Amino acid sequence: MGKYLGILIVALCTLICEAAIFRPISDSHRSAALELLTPKDGSFTSLKETFEALRTFKVLGIGHQPNIKAKACKSVVDTVRSPFFVLKDLFQALRVNGILKCELNEETFAGIASRLKDSMNTASSLLDYYYSVGSLALIKGQASEVDVQLGGADSVFRAIKALSQSDGRWRYSSNNPESSTFAAGIALESLAGVISLASSEIDHSLISLVKNDISKLLDGVEKYDDGTYYLDEKLADAHGLQSPLSASSAVVRGITAFATASNEDLNLPGDKILGLARFFLGVGIPGNAEDLFYQLDALDSLENNRVSIPLILSLPTAVISLTRRDQLKVNVNTVLGSAAPSLSVKLKQIFSSGSKDASIIDQDLKFDPENAVHLLDALPEYIDAGRYIFSLEIVLHNPDDKKIYATGGRTKISIYVTGFIEVDHADVAVLDSDLGNVETENRVDLSGEKTHSLSANHLQKLQLSFQLTSPLGHAFKPHQAFLKLTHESKVEHIFVVGNSGKKFEIILDFLGLVEKFFYLSGRYDIQLTVGDAVMENSFFLHLGSIELDLPEPPEKAARSPPQPIDPASRFGPKAEISHIFRAPEKRSPKELSLTFLALVLLPFVGFLMGLLRLQVNLKNFPKASAPAIFSILFHLGIAAVLTLYLLFWLKLNLFTTLKTLGFLGIFLMFVGHRTLAYLASSSAKLKSA
Amino acid sequence: MAKSSATKDAQALFHSLRSAYAATPTNLKIIDLYVVFAISTALIQVVYMALVGSFPFNSFLSGVLSCIGTAVLAVCLRIQVNKENKEFKDLPPERAFADFVLCNLVLHLVIMNFLG
Repeated sequence: MGKYLGILIVALCTLICEAAIFRPISDSHRSAALELLTPKDGSFTSLKETFEALRTFKVLGIGHQPNIKAKACKSVVDTVRSPFFVLKDLFQALRVNGILKCELNEETFAGIASRLKDSMNTASSLLDYYYSVGSLALIKGQASEVDVQLGGADSVFRAIKALSQSDGRWRYSSNNPESSTFAAGIALESLAGVISLASSEIDHSLISLVKNDISKLLDGVEKYDDGTYYLDEKLADAHGLQSPLSASSAVVRGITAFATASNEDLNLPGDKILGLARFFLGVGIPGNAEDLFYQLDALDSLENNRVSIPLILSLPTAVISLTRRDQLKVNVNTVLGSAAPSLSVKLKQIFSSGSKDASIIDQDLKFDPENAVHLLDALPEYIDAGRYIFSLEIVLHNPDDKKIYATGGRTKISIYVTGFIEVDHADVAVLDSDLGNVETENRVDLSGEKTHSLSANHLQKLQLSFQLTSPLGHAFKPHQAFLKLTHESKVEHIFVVGNSGKKFEIILDFLGLVEKFFYLSGRYDIQLTVGDAVMENSFFLHLGSIELDLPEPPEKAARSPPQPIDPASRFGPKAEISHIFRAPEKRSPKELSLTFLALVLLPFVGFLMGLLRLQVNLKNFPKASAPAIFSILFHLGIAAVLTLYLLFWLKLNLFTTLKTLGFLGIFLMFVGHRTLAYLASSSAKLKSA
Repeated sequence: MAKSSATKDAQALFHSLRSAYAATPTNLKIIDLYVVFAISTALIQVVYMALVGSFPFNSFLSGVLSCIGTAVLAVCLRIQVNKENKEFKDLPPERAFADFVLCNLVLHLVIMNFLG
């Protein structure tokens, strides 16, 4: 049961997430950035990466780590002072320097500036212009004393403009006919740089031409269903295919830079700016450092632009429970999560999903300044459990703000209103087929505590019915209402429970189902599943079982399909083998054994004492030296054999023992024979005497 | 009355047995003492087994059989050494003792092997 509920919850989550509300940048971005942008061994691999990381940290308000600075600055100084004049590297170095403020003196800047100006005259491609102009603009920001003014700004402007295409996109160079969106972004940024570096004012007609280009570029914007806009990139350039994210990011950066530099009103449509902002927020948290940079760089440009600052309307939760009497809460922030100007949020319309008609409300949400959240105290009374689309509108209080901020008109937000669905009149009955008489009828207890045991044959029918009532007393139709019969052999049959008005009913006519049931008689478990995303009490119930008596299968009847075997049982790990060792035999207590050892020795003591009592002596021991030696050797030999036995017991094996015993035995035989022969001869002498 | 006479008879019997045994040569008495020693050691081991249990059974068996075996061998030695026994008149006691020693060594080789 838990498993099914889990699936239900996951399904519910996916539904909610699909209707995701665009949320401003939050702390989750900060922790993701810290995780993604960890320098290896204290530095990033290239100046480009260093800049992207530093810029990301700056936008997120994370202080850059001082340990990066030493190595990065060394790299910057090396690049700037390098005798090889590589525009791209120089540009990246100056960008890093713009954030880190490394120690570079004015002469160095002046030297580079003059070389950059020279290179501008020989520049042919868009990227040459971009790097040169960008570098000069960066020097302007970093060393105010250095003369970076462009004398022939107009000609440079024209040269860049000459690369533009009729659809608002740009070419990378004059001999490359392909146009690119990403190039448009960097071209606009370069033009903005030219304007800011120009010693005399740029011809106004040129600027209005570029304005025209920008509006054309935005005409080609692509749109998603949820109101997000993005710019697609079709050209694969030297850097590989730019993603929509990087292309959109470049264009946003270019447009905002151009608007700032030219100080012109570009008349950009607010909904497109807002749509682009939503696109960047809709990316969520990108999985790599580069995408994160593009996302945050673009959002930062939008946050601080002069065109129109998008305001993002977001909801902490899109699920409102009728049971808990939740309030509708709305947050309004800028893209990076800072506070919005004074405004009010209006609930304009509520669309009920499934029906086209909408009720017009026009109600102001109350502002709670403490939590900076707009609240709707109570939902309209006719709101029942279900899925709704709320149409909200941001109304700025200050009329001047309307020029600065883009609110994008009405925002439609999908909201789930959940409630407790009452289940009643639940019946399970077995009917006679022809007459419709009720054979057995059971009122079902849907708390699941009691299970029912029914029995039927193929001439009967099983009827299950129940009613679902929503909190407002309307009929409720859930997403899922299934009846499942599971045979003992795990063969499952699932039926959809249909409804007519309030009442849900299913009648299983077993006569028509015998073939589907594969003529399998026996016990079937009955399970009822009723679930919906907005139903707070979705359930999965084991109702009981029914004993079916079906006829014997005819010869050609289909067999029940083999049930899938759990692969874990076949390929999974085998049960762990636990070794059972024989329990050690019970030993007697040590004291008892030692006592008996003493007892065993007692008879030996008795034997010795007995010998003393009998006054045994060694008078018969041979006196002569040779027989005495033999008899001592004889006794030593016996002692040696016994010692050998002892060693055999303790450590030797049988073969070693027998080998040694062989030698000892021969020796013993020899000395024993000599000893005993001497004793025999002496006793014979005694007798004869 | 009958009981006391029976006791007296037993006492008389015991006395006569003792006096008759006193005439036994010393070397036979030594062998008898040895047999008693061996049998009583075996008995103590049996008692131990009855108290504690037969584990380890092979050790118990070798202990008891070592005693019984050597007692039997000693009895054989006694039969051969006894001068009254006319059957072994021609067999010198030294030869009998050599047999006894040899048999004991073989017996104990087996016992040690079995001891475990």
